[in-house]
Amino acid sequence: MHLLKEITKGIIRENPVLVLLIGLCPTLAVTSRITDAVGMSIAAAFVLICSNLIISMIKDVIPKKIRIPCYIVVIATFVTLVQMFMAAYFPDLNDSLGIFIPLIVVNCIILGRAEAFAGRNGILASAADGLGMSMGFAFALLVISFVREVLGSWSIGGIPVSDGGFAPMAVMIMAPGAFVVVALILGLMNALRDRKRTCAVAGALNREITLYAASKPEALKLARADNTDPG
Amino acid sequence: MQYVKLVIAAVFVSNFVLAQFLGLCPFIGVSKKTSSAVGMGIAVIFVMTLASFVTYLVYWKLLYMPLGIGVDARDYLNIVVFIVVIASLVQFVEMVLQKSMPALYRALGIYLPLITTNCAVLGVAQLNISRFGSGGFAAGLLGATLNGFASGLGFTLALLLMSAIRERLDEADVPLPFRGVPIAFVVASALALAFLGFSGMA
Repeated sequence: MHLLKEITKGIIRENPVLVLLIGLCPTLAVTSRITDAVGMSIAAAFVLICSNLIISMIKDVIPKKIRIPCYIVVIATFVTLVQMFMAAYFPDLNDSLGIFIPLIVVNCIILGRAEAFAGRNGILASAADGLGMSMGFAFALLVISFVREVLGSWSIGGIPVSDGGFAPMAVMIMAPGAFVVVALILGLMNALRDRKRTCAVAGALNREITLYAASKPEALKLARADNTDPG
Repeated sequence: MQYVKLVIAAVFVSNFVLAQFLGLCPFIGVSKKTSSAVGMGIAVIFVMTLASFVTYLVYWKLLYMPLGIGVDARDYLNIVVFIVVIASLVQFVEMVLQKSMPALYRALGIYLPLITTNCAVLGVAQLNISRFGSGGFAAGLLGATLNGFASGLGFTLALLLMSAIRERLDEADVPLPFRGVPIAFVVASALALAFLGFSGMA
């Protein structure tokens, strides 16, 4: 139950990209195609879960003062593994992700989770946290890449969704499209959160009023009279 | 001439932030005020130039040692070595500045530790290796260092433009859900659109 909470918190409530605003570089750079986004998500998930596991195992032997360099070396090792694996088995994906595979090392999500979670918690909880955060990262990447690929090249995962008619918005798969899609999604998230908060406040207020009115029938009668009487 | 082209390409045509999506965290995080943007920009130019020089040197002269065991360490050690080199370089710069130039240290101090995880620095080191791999060591070293400097300059340009716009945005009447980071991304999109105009120049 407790582990499940560690997993689910990363998806929406503490989504690393859309709520905490970290790991933005790969989010914008590899989302022009859904296949790239999926490849990136899997690579980052592998690195995040493995480094969280290892760091939570060795956290007691690492001296406090040099913990960050130690974390970075652990992360860089797993990134090297991923890079060599991709170059050997998925050369096309490796070419299209390019420099952003080695740059997983400096992805703030991974170092951030190492510092904020894996360095303080047990092995199972850290693995669960890594899994949840990777799912949140993957969710953000998928949403953004879906919007960009559909609008920018009229296809989903390389399969065309329309046989022409009008030209795709090529700007969506270029840099300005990436920025504007992320801006709109962040704005939408904020609007939804504000709305939820406003509804909660309004609900609480309504309840208070009803309770108060129920405790004082004369007040309720008076209020009704006020409302009905135009004078 | 070749070097002029390199600088123009790195600053405008393939601007690190607006065309290649490198260094976005400081671009969004440190662009609220022009004064902090200037500090961050200078620190990034400084570290990127140094890091380009040192990592190129390390890659070709230290990792590429013919040890006679038939193994080339460059392929599988470059990520680990580069990040360690950059992290220690930043630490070293911080210590030197603190001792010898306290005024500059006070201005840049808080930005220096942030640079270790700035992906633009590791990014330029990695790009330099594939880009200046052929054509002689000395020319490659010069090209890599110049590219590091010019990329840092491009980053600073984008950061300054952004911070100047965001200072004005504070006065503007922005829709509530878009206040803060979302409107910054909208501005970044417009800037990126403007920088698309440079494509094809170099």
